[in-house]
Amino acid sequence: MNKTWNNKAWWMVVPVVLLVAFSAIIPLMTVVNYAFQDTFGNNEFYWVGIEWFEDLMESDRFFDALQRNILFSCIILAIEVPLGIMIALSLPKSGWKVNVYLVLMALPLLIPWNVVGTIWQVFSRTDIGLLGNTLVSLGFDYNYTRDVLDAWITIVAMDVWHWTSLVVLLSYSGLVAIPEAYFQAARIDGASKWATFRYIQLPKMRGVLTIAILLRFMDSFKIYTEPMVLTGGGPGNSTTFMSIDLVKMAIGQFDLGPAAAMSLVYFMIILLICYAFFTVVTNMDKAETKTGGAS
Amino acid sequence: MSQIGFSLKPKRAFAWSGLVPVVYIIFLMIPLYWLLNTSFKTNQEILGAFTLWPKNFTWDNYLTIFTEPVWRAGYINSITYVVLNTLISLVVALPAAYAFSRYNFLGDKHLFFWLLTNRMAPSAVFVLPFFQLYSSVGLIDTHIAVAIAHTLFNLPLAVWILEGFMSGIPREVDETAYIDGYSFPKFFVRIFMPLIKSGIGVAAFFCFMFSWVELLIARTLTITEAKPISAVLTRTVTGEGVDWGLIAAAGILTIVPGALVIYFVRNYIAKGFALGRV
Repeated sequence: MNKTWNNKAWWMVVPVVLLVAFSAIIPLMTVVNYAFQDTFGNNEFYWVGIEWFEDLMESDRFFDALQRNILFSCIILAIEVPLGIMIALSLPKSGWKVNVYLVLMALPLLIPWNVVGTIWQVFSRTDIGLLGNTLVSLGFDYNYTRDVLDAWITIVAMDVWHWTSLVVLLSYSGLVAIPEAYFQAARIDGASKWATFRYIQLPKMRGVLTIAILLRFMDSFKIYTEPMVLTGGGPGNSTTFMSIDLVKMAIGQFDLGPAAAMSLVYFMIILLICYAFFTVVTNMDKAETKTGGAS
Repeated sequence: MSQIGFSLKPKRAFAWSGLVPVVYIIFLMIPLYWLLNTSFKTNQEILGAFTLWPKNFTWDNYLTIFTEPVWRAGYINSITYVVLNTLISLVVALPAAYAFSRYNFLGDKHLFFWLLTNRMAPSAVFVLPFFQLYSSVGLIDTHIAVAIAHTLFNLPLAVWILEGFMSGIPREVDETAYIDGYSFPKFFVRIFMPLIKSGIGVAAFFCFMFSWVELLIARTLTITEAKPISAVLTRTVTGEGVDWGLIAAAGILTIVPGALVIYFVRNYIAKGFALGRV
């Protein structure tokens, strides 16, 4: 769409900028302040330069948490995106059944995050939970509060339970927007199911899938409440993600300097990954419109 | 004849793939059923016997919640700040989204990306600064504090969603209205907003959703007066001798508002989730 150049449009954006500046820039500057200073209490601060960042780069604790975050995001993206697409493809295109399915699927998305943690706690505990109790009586040595692998499996299962529906709903809304004529053409050409998916459905879903992947990546990388309620970061530190570690450091131990330095690095990592992903996708879009225009 | 052959094939494929969503929904419902089941049991039964449905069915857990003012207040607090947040986000995001969808202006692309970065910011980063900021302006423990704090991630999302829907409305609509003598505010409210009403609905839905499910910031900014329901719930968990029945009942009750909202938007879910970007 051709837009006109009009700097007066700034006036319409000003409220947003002011509000977000109040909630984002002022707190962020506080964080930046702490990241370069140290204190002996009494609200007296002095400049320490990049000392906290140097400490951070040498700290195993930070890199362990970062690794856990990356691993977690990769696992849940690898499960939720294909699974979500598969479920969306298997949904009928119309009819009352779809509405029932979609309403039921959307339910986990609107449950407060700590309640999600609680649900899975009540569900997987070995003493009162259906899952835990069943697994134990079947002879499995399952206990998510003691075994690292069990804890990870439970957290991944919880996230899949919680968020796959988002991918389903987004993919499905992309799928129903494809005109029927495309499928008729594919049928006439004798295209296989896979070919139809690969060359018609997947490209048409790209816009919504981009949103789904971005949202899922951001939120899984920020994850705090659900694992905090379910495992509290344990057993040991095996499910201590960066957010959990950060809150422990900033509020539990009140180590403001290191926590602030970690905050900034943490934020930067998310920004970089999202920016890279965003750029790649927009470039793909551009390349597509170019070839599309030529043919 | 050929018609029969034609209709047989999709039918067989349907029967097989029709199972997938059913299996998935069963997977979603089992933990929820277990929570519901637990909420109707006495603590004795929860801890003592492993039963697939309540043997001594009881409403006691729910009665406790409805009679204790802390729980009721928690509900009202949550709903108050969620509604406030949704209203603020929409009112502020609408003109901004219009500006982004219709005009180029100095630094627009950077501004848009900067807004989106706030959606990516981990809440944990902001917990302590938020507490200090809102304490210093005297807003701590008020609904409006939580509502404004939540705009941090809801406002960028609302702008993003609305911009998508608005870009789908051709410019000619605006121009025709101006020629017909509409002033900008009148055009915006009378003509433009009805055109993107499904977009407004979707944005409201997302604002409601992310404000309703968030706990970390809401808990940090409230002490007693504006404490959200989900924070009341965690306090019970840390108390001595966990009251699982009560927790389960409270959990079920926190699911109800979300379920109601979904019910109201059920007809828009399929199309609305595309955020106007298909």
